[in-house]
Amino acid sequence: MNTREYMLGNVAIARGIVEGGAQVISGYPGTPSSEIIDTLSRMDERNFYVEWSVNEKVAMEVAAGAAWSGVRSVVTMKHVGLNVAADPLMTLAYTGIKGGMVIIVADDPSCHSSQNEQDTRKYADFSLIPCLDPSTIQEAKDMIPYAFKLSEKFEIPVIFRPTTRISHGKSDIEPGEVVEDRPPAHFEKLLDRWVMLPKNARVRHPHLLGIQESIAKELEGSQWNELSINNDSESRIGIIASGIASVYAKEAILNLGVDVSFLKIGTYPVPQGLIKDMLERVETVLVIEELEPVVEDRVRIIANETGSNVRIIGKTGDFVPRIGELNVELCEDAIANAFGMHEKTKLAESAVDVGKMADVADMASIELPLRPPAMCPGCSHRSVYYAMKKVFGNDAVYPSDIGCYTLGVQSGTVETTLCMGSSITLASGIYHAGESRPICCSIGDSTFFHTGMNGLMNAVYNKANITVTILDNRVTAMTGHQPNPGMGKTATGEPTVDISIENLCRGLGAEFVEVVDAYDRKATEEVFKRAKEYVGTSVVIAEQACVINARRAGIRLKSYVIDVEKCTGCKQCVKFGCPAIEFDNVGKHAKITALCTGCGVCAQICKFDAISEVEK
Amino acid sequence: MSADQMKLDIVISGVGGQGAILASDIIGKAAVLEGVPIRAAETHGMAQRGGSVVNHIRLGCELGSMIPLHGADVLLALEPAEALRYIDYLSDDGVVIVNTQPVFPITVTSGGDEYPDVSEIVGVLKSAYKVVVFNALELAIEAGHPQAMNVVMVGAVSNYLPMSEELLIDCIKRMVPPKTVDINVRAFELGRAQV
Repeated sequence: MNTREYMLGNVAIARGIVEGGAQVISGYPGTPSSEIIDTLSRMDERNFYVEWSVNEKVAMEVAAGAAWSGVRSVVTMKHVGLNVAADPLMTLAYTGIKGGMVIIVADDPSCHSSQNEQDTRKYADFSLIPCLDPSTIQEAKDMIPYAFKLSEKFEIPVIFRPTTRISHGKSDIEPGEVVEDRPPAHFEKLLDRWVMLPKNARVRHPHLLGIQESIAKELEGSQWNELSINNDSESRIGIIASGIASVYAKEAILNLGVDVSFLKIGTYPVPQGLIKDMLERVETVLVIEELEPVVEDRVRIIANETGSNVRIIGKTGDFVPRIGELNVELCEDAIANAFGMHEKTKLAESAVDVGKMADVADMASIELPLRPPAMCPGCSHRSVYYAMKKVFGNDAVYPSDIGCYTLGVQSGTVETTLCMGSSITLASGIYHAGESRPICCSIGDSTFFHTGMNGLMNAVYNKANITVTILDNRVTAMTGHQPNPGMGKTATGEPTVDISIENLCRGLGAEFVEVVDAYDRKATEEVFKRAKEYVGTSVVIAEQACVINARRAGIRLKSYVIDVEKCTGCKQCVKFGCPAIEFDNVGKHAKITALCTGCGVCAQICKFDAISEVEK
Repeated sequence: MSADQMKLDIVISGVGGQGAILASDIIGKAAVLEGVPIRAAETHGMAQRGGSVVNHIRLGCELGSMIPLHGADVLLALEPAEALRYIDYLSDDGVVIVNTQPVFPITVTSGGDEYPDVSEIVGVLKSAYKVVVFNALELAIEAGHPQAMNVVMVGAVSNYLPMSEELLIDCIKRMVPPKTVDINVRAFELGRAQV
């Protein structure tokens, strides 16, 4: 019987977590990692605990606490989340764990939904924590139960690093057995392990270094590394590829029909013995990996140690790009260029630039309009930004943060995006630098809970004269509508305390805190005026449910329509930027399309009273 | 079926919100039930908010999910401008199936950009490829709901798939909301009749 199932990469990873017998799973949403916990938290029957934590550091520590209590745990995040959790990570390597602990960090080469494309394998190297790098979705699922065993054997967490194409890819998957054996939690009071006083740390650091060789040996023999050498062949060409790049490289080798020795790498530390075998056999090795030259540098060190004079190329020699994700074409070019199969092409020319003009369109000189993502019709962020811009003007400084509202960059009210929670702190720094123009920053509810709170406390304490706008749409929207502490429910939908952002801000010391309905344009403008006048840190909380979430909850507002008799064609409503408002160039009037969700903000903007609710 | 007969690379392009993921899921699920190995790549996250989206589906594939440029057998475009935007994925002898109903991007509705003439887009495509064009939105409305446009397009591409019509319909029945089953089956059939 066919038992295979069609699964999203993150769903397969969630399946691997269940098969591996995890008992505590925590994480903070971040593309491309979010659907792992979404899948686990929505399961009808669960024999594990799962939570959305308020940030990655918190999540990592929750998972560590569980692992110190002897049960298997998982923490999930995106690559930049590991920067937030780097503090516990570095010392967890020293303390180690008892129950298996897997740290899932999803990388995003090409920055599909991220502010940078850092390579988590560097963190693995830095922290001396082993790392598994899947090449297919099946492997991703199968690696998780293995990671728990590895983690327990060496009492050290294991980093598991999928990339966007694993997490958001789909594949037919063969499910495996679920581990039924679940040890009871028991926190063993191993103070020399869990209390990292200097005297204990000085013992644990050499211990960590000491187990590296055994970990490397264990990984070397694992199924995740594969060396194929054709002994009958004359070929002296070697290709080493890691993670997802290895399937691209395999396809490129097939397409080119080249005869090579091939080493696929899926673990860090890298398999030293297999690399040595490869080096003995070939004259040139091309290393194909996404992002940083992690494998390549290691191969060079191994070659150096063994006195090999094999030519090692990859990022070196510009054969493989260090930026963006790889694909079959880039691998074909790298191989063809490296082994003189055709004249060397420039990397940039062969890269696929999504959204760039296609050759065919180019020929016919059709100009395609760009289609950037935009805030939804009826999104409350748009109306808050509109009022903000009106009150603060073009001259003000607008630091912002990470979420759907970053798309407001088109409204001219997003002038910085650095990392989670950085809007308030950057605003403070800009103020203390002596910037004399008004400063109004924006941050979403989930980002405020994540790391914005600390920044607000700091701003109030250090007397920053800025306005902080909290765009409270009562959900972590951008990553797929995960619950957060402002919603009164947990990851699994269980009712819990609804944390008041207003009280929180007052608790952090803010004295000017006003709450306003984000759809009420006049009221929002009035609040912004008062906030601008206020000397000190003023907080404006603009509330309105995310329009997608509201629809899902069954809230349907009456849509709006334009009275073409009254419409003068002034385009004020069109400039508002709602995707539901178009301009009829023939009739010279605005029109509202079926996308309208009924927020009614455009009706408040129209000076000619030409927009009204549809009568029913 | 031999592995080569199963092999088919499809690129689905469109606009976030049009249901490109459900379209590729129907094909994917049917492939798995048929025992055909499959790899797919999707656009999630930031790019979904009304942005341009592209999904890759590789039937009979056991390697990576990304279709090389000029490698796709079929380009299934849920929107005409998005057909042209991703046309370089299509192989020289490939087929492009285009829904002629445009969706104006924000750069056109509230920016200064012009949306090109749809007949001009179709003309350019026809000058270089085998093209199947029709208004899938109108067919979806005929089937009972404009949102079934994606399933109309699955119907159109079904003629090229190594899976039976019955199996695909069976998957649609299981994957769409129960109340919309009849509409979606009609949408599939209307689309299938276009090729």
